[in-house]
Amino acid sequence: MMEEEEAEESPPLSPSVIEGTEEVTPPLSVSPSTIRVTEAAQDGELLTFIIVSQKLSGTGEYHVDRTYEDFDWLQQHLFSLEDVPGIQGIIFPPLPARAQQNAPVKLVRQLGLLATGETWTPYCRALGAYLQQVAGHSLLSRTQHLETFLTSPEPPGRQKVKKGLFNRLSQAVEGIRKGRPHQGTEDVDDFFRTEREHNLSLTGLSRAAAERFLEVVQTEQKIAVACGHFAASLQLCVEAGDDPGQETFSKMCVKISEIMESMKKNVQKVAENDVTTLGLGLDLECRYQEAEKEMLFRRTCKLVELETASRNAERAKPLKKAAMDGDQKAAEKDFEQVSVVAKQEVARVQRARVAVLRQALVRWCELQILTATSSAEQWNQQLLAFRGPARGPGPSS
Amino acid sequence: VCVWGQAEPLNSNGQNSLLEEEEEEEEEGEDLFTGSLSVPLVLSLSRSLSLSLSLSLSLFPSATEEVSLDSPERDVLLSDGPSPVTPPASLISPHLPHNHLYTHCSFDEMEEEDTPDLFDISILVSDPEKVGEGMNAYMAYKVTTQTSMSLFKSPQATVRRRFSDFLGLHGKLATRYLHVGYLVPPAPEKSIVGMTKVKVGKDDSSSNEFVEKRRAALERYLMRTAKHPVLLKDPDLLTFLECSELPRALSTQALSGAGILRMVNKAADAVNKMTIKMTESDTWFEEKQQKFENLDIQLRKLHCSLDSLVCHRKELSVNTALFAKSAAMLGNSEDHTALSRALSQLAEVEEKVEQLHQDQAGADFYLLAELLADYIRLIGSVKGVFDQRVRLWQRLQDSLLLLQKKRDAEAKLHANKPEKLQQARDDIRELEGKVQQGERDFEQISKTIRKELFRFEKERVTDFKEVIIKYLESLVQTQQQLIKYWEAFLPEAKAIS
Repeated sequence: MMEEEEAEESPPLSPSVIEGTEEVTPPLSVSPSTIRVTEAAQDGELLTFIIVSQKLSGTGEYHVDRTYEDFDWLQQHLFSLEDVPGIQGIIFPPLPARAQQNAPVKLVRQLGLLATGETWTPYCRALGAYLQQVAGHSLLSRTQHLETFLTSPEPPGRQKVKKGLFNRLSQAVEGIRKGRPHQGTEDVDDFFRTEREHNLSLTGLSRAAAERFLEVVQTEQKIAVACGHFAASLQLCVEAGDDPGQETFSKMCVKISEIMESMKKNVQKVAENDVTTLGLGLDLECRYQEAEKEMLFRRTCKLVELETASRNAERAKPLKKAAMDGDQKAAEKDFEQVSVVAKQEVARVQRARVAVLRQALVRWCELQILTATSSAEQWNQQLLAFRGPARGPGPSS
Repeated sequence: VCVWGQAEPLNSNGQNSLLEEEEEEEEEGEDLFTGSLSVPLVLSLSRSLSLSLSLSLSLFPSATEEVSLDSPERDVLLSDGPSPVTPPASLISPHLPHNHLYTHCSFDEMEEEDTPDLFDISILVSDPEKVGEGMNAYMAYKVTTQTSMSLFKSPQATVRRRFSDFLGLHGKLATRYLHVGYLVPPAPEKSIVGMTKVKVGKDDSSSNEFVEKRRAALERYLMRTAKHPVLLKDPDLLTFLECSELPRALSTQALSGAGILRMVNKAADAVNKMTIKMTESDTWFEEKQQKFENLDIQLRKLHCSLDSLVCHRKELSVNTALFAKSAAMLGNSEDHTALSRALSQLAEVEEKVEQLHQDQAGADFYLLAELLADYIRLIGSVKGVFDQRVRLWQRLQDSLLLLQKKRDAEAKLHANKPEKLQQARDDIRELEGKVQQGERDFEQISKTIRKELFRFEKERVTDFKEVIIKYLESLVQTQQQLIKYWEAFLPEAKAIS
């Protein structure tokens, strides 16, 4: 189970960052680590998720139902928070891709490990992890939107997100994207230069690892199906007959069929273990890296803005000089704030992902041992029962 | 279609053909393996006790094509042994030289002989070694026999044999014993493709797999043959196991005169079979035959299913290896020391797991798949002896018919042609003898088949039981290994802080 991805809250921000925050938003009324998406109900094409969380006051639980649109609504609002300085530096908790019943192949591929298996359980876990990350984030958890999302009986705005509120971030980014390419933008800061390279490499490698792991799981599922077929076919060999020779042979066939059935169950369990532990871990790791990549890109855009503003200020004619200087100062301050937040976020995500992977690996390992032990025991019992009490002589005519 | 070590396809009766020489490439050893049942030359008994046959289209194949759907057992039966052309069944078969054919009586004697020896023999086939170079190369196998039975000259014998030697042995045994209803275990399959790779010197996993598969098949073949109480006493088998030098088996040549004759015989007899209608007086045979038909169908389906399982298992091994690599790369790029180490360890463990999957695929194949394949081939032998019984019946009927004709003709002969009358009476006496022999033969073969099937069913139970035990052992072992690997890894994972 993906419990607390974040063992600690992010460290308190420096005063220079939180200056300017006037209103005191009420803190979240639920305990972040208790947020769970317990099930997914299907109504035609529509998937509804039940979210349960414990009240901080200890007086009970909230149960709400939400659709993917609601999650999206929340995420969009997080992107467009007004009173968070340096918001561009935040590595936003990554929301899993939209899931739907009978999804087109492209979507299924996007979901990857989350779409394997017969149930929505892995997907629900991933959504739950997302909510826990948001609720555990010192800056993001303050938004009223999260409170509404988690506690309000009514689903929050199912209406389309208004243009005005739309992702300030993406607007800014879009503008710059249309301009010059940014891969080549040299970074002023060593820390970020290294971090960008590192992130680039990890993004690719983690995605590759997740894809390879997905293939392992899918092959395991194929083996389960093949075992099932074999077991079923064997049953057809069993004939009712008074012929003693036939009867004993039928018993053998039944035995092999049982073994195949138990093999099928074993492989299914292994696949399930894989997905719910390391699978989810790798999937989250991928999304973390992507989220960080986006943040680093936004910061680079800010850097470009700053460079542009500086150039404009240099070249500015005396009339506009004051204004350009002002712009440059603003850009500098902005960039600095973003960089400070970014550094903290990088550290936060680093701790978070290590914790996630640690737990995934430990839990995976433990479940593997459990499953193997129980299967070994079962087959050993069957072996002893079948072989008989004494080791008989070799096959004779 | 699985790419790796696909089980050799079996022809309809699960046999390969004696018509090929393994080193020659005229004929394709990879026979048609139809999961569906378009099985030619099938004997099926309908409720109305009549025999009907469906024929393959390839009655008259070109000389370079193998008659792919027939068994060597049937070759032998249809050609009436290594002698000239058999006339159509409506005529009496020429008198066969008996010096190298055993009669029924001698078999009975053999079995009723006091055998103080308990059955105690183990045969191993091992150490495949390539002999020669290029297209004339072949694999020689070491055959080690260990026994306490007095039948053998010494308690241990080791000889080197090549594949065509095994085929030669099988040919001799089949010629001698199938006629009279004994279930001669079929020899392992030929494979032009497999052998060519080996000859050409490809030392890759697929050639190694091929050689291993063949080695295992040869071992099972010899053990199965040795387990047969009558076959075990055959001098050719004993020679095979004990003599260091063996004359090269030549009758496995494809385009020899005998080979072509056989093809012709087959065709002629097949045509005749179309018209056989046997009045079955013994429902036991009818029932058994139906049961074997059903079993054949079931086993083929199972074999197909199992093929798919083996394939996926190998796929899992490959995918595990790929995942191991990507985990290793992730570990290398990872900054966090403990996490990096854990990921590298993970990669190592996964490589070990990959080998486990490979081993399990081996168990799936060598234990289960080959067991099924062996039995599908054995059922071919069973069908063969059933066929032979029908043919004996047919011959008997033909003799009876002829006898009646002669008697009728004799009755019409006038006394004033004394020579013709005498001739007729001589002929009739001869025919009566033939009829009597025919009746004895038919009775004997029926008796033998009953005994053989009884033995077959007993052995089947033993074989399957043995495989089940070995398979369960392999499963338990795999799980125990996994536990060891994961328990070793767990502290590494926990050490991440």
